[in-house]
Amino acid sequence: MQRIETAMIEKAKALLSSGEVTRVLGWKKGELGYDVEPCVFKSEESLKDFCYNVFCGANLSKYLVEESKKEGKILVFLKPCDSYSFNQLIKEHRINKENVYTVGVECQGKVDPYKLKENGIEMVDSAVETVDTVTVKGKEFKKEEIILGKCLTCTKKPLSYDDIISFNEKREPVLDRFETVKKLEAMTADERYAFWKDQLSNCIRCNACRNVCPACTCTKCVFDNDNSGIASKANSDSFEEKLFHIIRAFHVAGRCTDCGECSRVCPQHIPLHLLNRKFISDIDRLYGEYQAGEDTDSKGPLTNYTTGDVDPSDVFGGNN
Amino acid sequence: MQEMNNEKRPLIVAFCCNWCSYAGADLAGSSRLSYPADVKIIRVPCSCRVNPMFILKAFQRGADGVIICGCHPGDCHYTTGNYYARRRMSLLFSMLDYLGIERERTRVEWVSAAEGAKFSAVMNDFASKVAALGENKRLEDLRCKE
Amino acid sequence: MQKIGVFVCWCGSNIAATVDVKKVADVLRLEPGVVISETYQYMCSENGQALIRNAIKENGLTGIVVCSCSPRMHEATFRKTAESAGLNPYMVEIANIREQCSWIHKDMDEATEKAIVLGRSAIAKLKLNAPLTSGESAVVKRALVIGGGIAGIQSALDIAEAGYEVDIVESSATIGGNMAKLDKTFPTLDCAACILTPKMVDCAQNENIDIMTFSEIESVKGFVGNFKVQIRRKARFVDEKKCTGCGVCMQKCPSKKGKNEFNMGLNNRPAIYIPFAQAIPNVAIIDPEQCLKLKNGKCGLCAMQCQVNAIDYTQKDEIIEREYGAIVVATGYKPISLENFNEYGYDTYKDVVTSLELERLMNAAGPSDGHLVRPSDHKEPKVITFIQCVGSRDTSGCGKPYCSKICCMYTAKHAMLIREKYPDTEVHVFYIDVRTPGKNYDEFFRRAVEQYGVDYIKGMVGKVYEENGKLMVQGSDLINNEQVVIPSDLVVLAAAIEPNPSVRKIATMVTASIDTNNFLTEAHAKLRPVESPTAGIFLSGVCQGPKDIPETVSQASACAAKVVGLLSKDKLKCNACVAHSDETLCTGCSVCANVCPYGAITYVDKEFRIGGGKTETRRVASVNEAVCQGCGACTVTCPSGAMDLKGFSNKQIMAEVDAICKR
Repeated sequence: MQRIETAMIEKAKALLSSGEVTRVLGWKKGELGYDVEPCVFKSEESLKDFCYNVFCGANLSKYLVEESKKEGKILVFLKPCDSYSFNQLIKEHRINKENVYTVGVECQGKVDPYKLKENGIEMVDSAVETVDTVTVKGKEFKKEEIILGKCLTCTKKPLSYDDIISFNEKREPVLDRFETVKKLEAMTADERYAFWKDQLSNCIRCNACRNVCPACTCTKCVFDNDNSGIASKANSDSFEEKLFHIIRAFHVAGRCTDCGECSRVCPQHIPLHLLNRKFISDIDRLYGEYQAGEDTDSKGPLTNYTTGDVDPSDVFGGNN
Repeated sequence: MQEMNNEKRPLIVAFCCNWCSYAGADLAGSSRLSYPADVKIIRVPCSCRVNPMFILKAFQRGADGVIICGCHPGDCHYTTGNYYARRRMSLLFSMLDYLGIERERTRVEWVSAAEGAKFSAVMNDFASKVAALGENKRLEDLRCKE
Repeated sequence: MQKIGVFVCWCGSNIAATVDVKKVADVLRLEPGVVISETYQYMCSENGQALIRNAIKENGLTGIVVCSCSPRMHEATFRKTAESAGLNPYMVEIANIREQCSWIHKDMDEATEKAIVLGRSAIAKLKLNAPLTSGESAVVKRALVIGGGIAGIQSALDIAEAGYEVDIVESSATIGGNMAKLDKTFPTLDCAACILTPKMVDCAQNENIDIMTFSEIESVKGFVGNFKVQIRRKARFVDEKKCTGCGVCMQKCPSKKGKNEFNMGLNNRPAIYIPFAQAIPNVAIIDPEQCLKLKNGKCGLCAMQCQVNAIDYTQKDEIIEREYGAIVVATGYKPISLENFNEYGYDTYKDVVTSLELERLMNAAGPSDGHLVRPSDHKEPKVITFIQCVGSRDTSGCGKPYCSKICCMYTAKHAMLIREKYPDTEVHVFYIDVRTPGKNYDEFFRRAVEQYGVDYIKGMVGKVYEENGKLMVQGSDLINNEQVVIPSDLVVLAAAIEPNPSVRKIATMVTASIDTNNFLTEAHAKLRPVESPTAGIFLSGVCQGPKDIPETVSQASACAAKVVGLLSKDKLKCNACVAHSDETLCTGCSVCANVCPYGAITYVDKEFRIGGGKTETRRVASVNEAVCQGCGACTVTCPSGAMDLKGFSNKQIMAEVDAICKR
């Protein structure tokens, strides 16, 4: 992993010094190794804090909505899953592509600090990564034990890059991404209700899921808009927890690339991506497989139709 | 649920498109084909005007069932509106089901301006299914109760 | 401060018998914002409207709710009433307490309760109404007629006579349509060509009419008053302006194996041909499938013979664009394909023909010069059996569920003409019912039976098979309750008619509605029979439903009157309930344009102030209010809630939901 980071820094320096880009969007080391955060680097000098390691889970594409409006070109490093979000944003005219230089970077899964914590490991300063393992504080983990949920099912390939940095070290997904959705579908309605009630009642309406989501880039969110009829700042009861999350998932249905950021950032560990994946699995099942962000010109499944689409009464899968 | 004749009555909100289903409801009326008074109709230009938020809002406010009626696929006054509505409602209903909300509380029916009898039959059937489910507790916002 | 007036109509006893109208008015009077609440026997009557007008003026009302019949019935009436009292017409809401309340509920308490809820919901919506004004758009004073049969010809002539320019676009090489193929017409038995061809000539000579044959509609954009239409002028390989129609090329053409479409394929024609002697335009056309020059470059005889150098083997399709204020669809019909009716042997036996083929066999300009002979051996048939309702009134799924309407009469006509010209011929007709409403129609049919001795057998035919050189027609005679087999020389099938298949594509292009049988839907079955629900699109002839010639011509003229009424206006009022985008919320993501059926949404880069004296340029959606029809598809697809619909806004509908659910 070190060699890819080195290659990225070299690339960034070269583009900055040639003047082709004026800024670099990447990840910055925190006080501790796992404390990585997205950052815009404005000089070769500042790149000393640049990092790319197993803790760089954050999707950088959304930052480009604002960054690409600014003067001068910006270099961005996109992991495979980030590149889908980037493409989707291009499709929705949210990013000015002319102002962006994209470099695709290889990824073999990013570590979930919570999973490390569950394994009794905290305050991590550095990690050593191979394709299948991560070693922290002298303890070697298999990737599937500690990587983010979104990485366990990842099949994404880097898309839409001006340049790519890769050493062709791939990891295969270990799980079917719809496995949990199918399990839920197989439950009874009462069990499903109980499951979601239990999960969503943890929601503290911090809006982290919304704020991190690359599909949520509205100038003003409907939940903050008094004219929308559903404006609300906080969940005051169990209904609003559901309302917020159903509407949020519906708003991004057909546009969600399944980047998994919502679940990654949720401080309450609510598996929010299971709502999005339900929509994705229904779309695939009812209207043919569709991967948002795979291209920049197709019509999304909710802005498209065929005359023979199923009726809403025939859509239910699983148990009642 | 409303107390009426010592019997709890369900509350049903029906969104009807102006060109087909609302006219179908009018035809049910002029043909004197009755259906329960529990059904209250809201006129929208097209089934594609029905925002999922309206449906959730109705449930939040205590509706026990929500039904959306539009022109038959292929007959939309605006040519394609009901095709979009069909996809949106399919996904929304499937999601509500996924969250454990009873399937019978939501429905989409295609009713043409000529199908007064169908309109009445659909509303009778929907109202009785919703009544059988009892109160909507899973989506209701208790603060909305007076 | 809003001042709302509520007006509860009794509708005689229609409402008042089941709804306690006084109680409704009393309860609604207590709603916040309501300053007056009254009842009246007939609110739509002049006195009722006067009551509303006075109340608006006296109380300075800002909006009114009328609890009455369906808004589909009288919304327009009450909007006019409000307008005449100085109120914006869109500050009116109707609570439908008749069709959707008093007429369907029997219990007075229940119905009254519901009427109150519906009234409250209308008040809640009204409180969020905003005065709306309709925009205006100019009208292009030219009409397009799609289809050049008798329907299109008549509509075009009438529009042109009124002084407006009109273009006929016809897909085949000549105008005239199906009627040009007919021999005689019922019930007068005058010859079709004698009455049609003068009209065709009139079209050609009328300065206001431009005929484009061998042309198809490529695309239609725009809206009532302002359609932009692309027309594909298909290559005919003959310069229309040069060709004089002399016909020398036809004689010299060595390739003579093309099926003669005008004669229903009963004989052949050369590769270069004029469809028939009276064709308009009287110009040749080359069939590229048959032409040796176009197929393998070896021939060119016609070009050598042509005195005016009209032949152009290199001609290509050309697409022209024109603007129109109104579009008449007159795409007509065709007989159904008989592949589902093998029992009648149409594909097996040459002497089983359709009625339209019989027209050609009997026509003086037809393949046998008007001498009725069998296609197989060119002998005169002695026994002819007609089978009616082939594919009409067929609920089995093989044919069409509707009655084709014209077959009873033309079969009587055929039978009569044959008995008249060949008195020793035996004519049998199998029928389900004989339907002859229409002026002089039943008399006509009775003449066939009584005067000409045509043998009508009530019953269906089971099958047609060959035996000893005869076509054996086996059917049931329901009146005599027996099976009959009639050895015949010629069998004629009255095939059902169906809309021209091109109509579906055209309907999609002009966004007209179409029914399950592919007939175009009229705006109102009884009261607006020649208009499509889509403004500016008119229906002429069989594309709307089966019709005979007199009916088609009446409808075509009615249609023309509607078109002329539209074209005589300089400006049109647009729909006021249109979508609009809140530019401060719009992110320019472009999903709304994807679902707009009218192409009403475009995106523009606009500069916005973002504070601190700075501006930023953002891409935002912009709705063309003249094009938007107000369906609302965009409002739901918009993720940011920027797109809303005037008159049916998110807030208004939510307020209705709230009012209904409040208890």
